[in-house]
Amino acid sequence: MAIWCARLSVDRWRLSQELKLGEGADAEPTALITETAHGPRIDAINDAARLAGAQVSMMLADARTLCPQIQTAPADPAGDLALLEKLAVWAQRWGPWSALDPPDGLLVDTTAAAHLFGGEQRLLADVTAAFAKRKIAVRAAIAPTAGAAWALSHFGPSDSQPAIINGHDATMRALTDLPVAALRLDSDVLTVLRRLGLKRLGDLADITSGAVNRSEAAARDALHRRFRNRKSPSANPLVRLDQLLGRVPEPLLPVVAPDMPLVQRRLMEPLRHRALLDQVLSDLAEDMARSLEARGEGARRLELGLWRVDGEVIVRRLELAAATRDPAHITRLFAEKLEGIDAGFGIETVRLRASWVESLSHRQGDVEAAAERHGTSLSACIDRLTVRLGSQAVRRPVLGASHLPERAQNWQPALEQEPVSQNGFAFHQRPLKLLDKPERIAVLYASPDGYPQRFRWRGNVHDVVRVEGPERIAPEWWRQRSTARLRDYYQIEDEHGRRYWIYRHGVAGDGRGGAPDWFLQGLCA
Amino acid sequence: MTKPLLPPSAKALDHFPVSSCSKGGGAVPCLSAKDITALSKAREGRWRPGLSDQPLHSEIFAGERDASGAGVALALARDALRVAGRVAGEGHDPLAEAEDRRQVLWVQDKRAVQRSGRPYLHGLPDELRHRLIHVEAATPEDALFALEEGLRCRDLACVIGEIVGNPRALDFTASRRLSLTAEQHGVALWLVRLEAQADLSSARMRWRVEAAPSEADRWNADAPGAPAWKVELFRARSHAPGQWKLSDEDRQLRAWRPGVAPNTHTPTYTGPKPANTPDIGHLVRPTVGRSLAAVARA
Repeated sequence: MAIWCARLSVDRWRLSQELKLGEGADAEPTALITETAHGPRIDAINDAARLAGAQVSMMLADARTLCPQIQTAPADPAGDLALLEKLAVWAQRWGPWSALDPPDGLLVDTTAAAHLFGGEQRLLADVTAAFAKRKIAVRAAIAPTAGAAWALSHFGPSDSQPAIINGHDATMRALTDLPVAALRLDSDVLTVLRRLGLKRLGDLADITSGAVNRSEAAARDALHRRFRNRKSPSANPLVRLDQLLGRVPEPLLPVVAPDMPLVQRRLMEPLRHRALLDQVLSDLAEDMARSLEARGEGARRLELGLWRVDGEVIVRRLELAAATRDPAHITRLFAEKLEGIDAGFGIETVRLRASWVESLSHRQGDVEAAAERHGTSLSACIDRLTVRLGSQAVRRPVLGASHLPERAQNWQPALEQEPVSQNGFAFHQRPLKLLDKPERIAVLYASPDGYPQRFRWRGNVHDVVRVEGPERIAPEWWRQRSTARLRDYYQIEDEHGRRYWIYRHGVAGDGRGGAPDWFLQGLCA
Repeated sequence: MTKPLLPPSAKALDHFPVSSCSKGGGAVPCLSAKDITALSKAREGRWRPGLSDQPLHSEIFAGERDASGAGVALALARDALRVAGRVAGEGHDPLAEAEDRRQVLWVQDKRAVQRSGRPYLHGLPDELRHRLIHVEAATPEDALFALEEGLRCRDLACVIGEIVGNPRALDFTASRRLSLTAEQHGVALWLVRLEAQADLSSARMRWRVEAAPSEADRWNADAPGAPAWKVELFRARSHAPGQWKLSDEDRQLRAWRPGVAPNTHTPTYTGPKPANTPDIGHLVRPTVGRSLAAVARA
């Protein structure tokens, strides 16, 4: 079904002036004008102006010569489009979906919906009545395709007979006398067709449908060649004709009404006090936050409606700088707007509506705040450390299956399961800290027993006072080379009480190198 | 936990002759001038091991040529954890976990690792051996970040840090951040400052530590014995400064004043003691169970 609001702009202007048809200012010739580079141009005219000789798309100066007393008002295409959008949503009462047909038309899919209104005749009557109630002049038509309905509504016969086409076969028969402009073509294409002598839809259809003789076949081929490169339907009459006849699909963009998040509370007892209203408001704000969260949106504009017992409605509007769904924030902002509300005999219904929403992604809101209060969990702590310092920096020492000191401890990620291993021997004293690489010490004086009495490490001289050892640790012959030397470990304490773990690398005369070196490997507590 | 414990109401104030204070009622005691002087005098009491209200942020200044700083930090941490465990054990919760399984975070900056080595599993105290998480931070800034994150974590027993020198990042503001975080979340921090000047800091206790000759080993007179340290408490909020010799052996931290030989009598009570009890002298570990000879002497 196509609905053509024939004089949408004028009707809207008249409704905005609260005039009746042909009364008051509408009785005088009036034109809605747009300022252009060449002066004001007429966009729409009312009946009086039409009678006076003005025409649409005429310059205002030309119209003034015909009709000096013509009145003007600025045109508002954006407002017209907004009205059309509202009408499109409203028109979904006659069908499951509707599409805009700018600047002044609507398309409603009434497939298998007409019987709900008692047939197509009654459906059309309903449409006409409904629009008449809104004081908007329309012409409606029902056809198997959108193109046919459009053609019939714009260029169809006058209102005496219902504009209905039943079945695809009847389409061409009913439309054959309509002008080619009923194909929704661009004006330059219309000019081309007029020069070719194709004035009616029937002319075009005859050529394209079946060739009777040779000259008609040639004309058809010429027409195909003429519009071969026109891909846009509005520039190609052949495509439009096919769409009109239902041979080619014509996708339409349906209008979907955004449903606004709306929460309300009907109150058992009318509210007369501010404290209770604040409570209701905070409840509503939390409901609203939940519904917004479910949609992944945040509110930019909120409207709070308060219905009083005596029927008065108090509306408070709130616009937000950024999309939000924080109930505390909303409550706080509304609390200031609620100052000085006259509750009268009481408020019985409170409704909160988000009339403007923007998408607001879900966020983990209060992790940081919770961490401030209760501390983080161990895994969260490890995660933060790992992210900043790298996974190699946060590790845990675990037992390694080796008797070599540096291999007896392995490092693994902090929260991994500890590998099963045999416990280390408890009877060995081990240093608290181990150097990454054993550092060579220069033995200045060795005792006859074989351990150093005085050595130099990192530039300082240490005198050994106490010593325990040696503890001999043999190399791992199963994985080291045969020239690896054994180590004799000593635990020593110097004159200041510093305790170290040193070893002699090899034994003199073991045939695996020269004189053995001394190394310092660990620092005892 | 076979030792006699004080009842749960044994809190700091109960040890003072506050006449108007009703025991166990939790009422705010009305302090007379005399009580206040007694309290303030007690507040000047010396530090000793086993105090129940340890500060949560301590700094330990030590040299990098030995592991005395880390050793003292571990000893103090273990002492605090033992006290905390005993206090928690007073809660009479039979289902409470007997063993503390919380992790210990040990943060070192890179220079500390290079200069004084990494913690070695086999040299750690038994109860910490499988509870250590080591963080090697490339810079002091990262180390401070790791320390602060560790202090925020409720699942950590304590945090031990090692930072070399006086990096610019570790100024008074940073130390104040650490103090506040530690006190907000109740996780204790022992920060070992290797080769550092004692500049401005908000640490509640500041120690200066160096190694001390150990006691003679029980079996081998030539061998180094249990580790001992000379510690100096040079700045503390609730304690008078002083010097001690510390030793951590047999799961008990011992401290005695220099010049006074440690006597060997068994202390009457080894449970947690409130901080503000007066200094009762020198605490030594009990000799119980050490040897057959000791048993015979007793």
